[in-house]
Amino acid sequence: MSRLLPTPTLSLVLLVVWLLMVRSLEPGQLVLGAFLAVTIPLLTRRFWDPLPRVRHPLKLVRFVLVVLYDIVKANVQVSLLILSPRREPHPGFLEYPLEVKEPLVITLLANTITMTPGTVSTNVRLDRSSLLIHVLDMEDEEALVREIRERYERPLKEIFEC
Amino acid sequence: MLFYVIAEGVIAFLLVAGGIFAFTGSLGMLQFKDFFMRLHGPTKGTTLGIGCMLIASMLYFTVTQREFHVQELLITLFLFITAPVTGHMLAKTGLHMHLRFTTGTRGSVPELRDEDVGQSRVARPAKARHPWRPGRQQRKPRLPR
Repeated sequence: MSRLLPTPTLSLVLLVVWLLMVRSLEPGQLVLGAFLAVTIPLLTRRFWDPLPRVRHPLKLVRFVLVVLYDIVKANVQVSLLILSPRREPHPGFLEYPLEVKEPLVITLLANTITMTPGTVSTNVRLDRSSLLIHVLDMEDEEALVREIRERYERPLKEIFEC
Repeated sequence: MLFYVIAEGVIAFLLVAGGIFAFTGSLGMLQFKDFFMRLHGPTKGTTLGIGCMLIASMLYFTVTQREFHVQELLITLFLFITAPVTGHMLAKTGLHMHLRFTTGTRGSVPELRDEDVGQSRVARPAKARHPWRPGRQQRKPRLPR
């Protein structure tokens, strides 16, 4: 089982993407999708670094919902900031010390930060010690670091158990 | 009948909201003062704007054609993966090019070390040539009059 399916999550994602692309649930497409989902990870196996497994899928679902809610909130905030020319935003840079070291988790965290309220991740230290973030409207630096840590980094750490 | 009216209202609302978000995202490019602030508009506003429009599209085709249309989810998925990565690369390039910030930018950019920039890992040719413009060395030397 583990030799045929070294990365079950990747296989599942490939199958779902295939079915969405061909837009059908016919048995033929299912078989073809399953074939692709098995062969592509096997062929590209040597390309991947060992990826951390998702240990708690339910927490992942919860995390995705939190992030989606934050994306909507972020958009409303940034839109209001753009549309109210009188209020000058205070931009700033912030160096966020990373707790996680897994490349995949850092990537997910950086992506999440970019999509959420007023922050864009700009640079990761190569030794993975910190993440440089540009903040559109910075009021309280420490509160922001705490919020990112509690809201995004801790859940990601729990999901992948690293 | 009432169902269709409600669905129509929801779809129209989503389309208008999507348009507004995409528009303000683009407006941010015009209004903000430096490169890094301008990045905030397109990485966020457009994501939700296009997200709203895709949900509206899914609803519209699901209701009118009476079968599930979910392939728009793929667009959303790829957009959510690629938009932050593009933003990150743009911001990183801006840092490396030492673009100026507006006055009043708080915090400081820590000096980029060689290993962050990648000079220790990636070998670059000492003299990079433009792909199609002839380099200076290749131009014919002008004859002294």
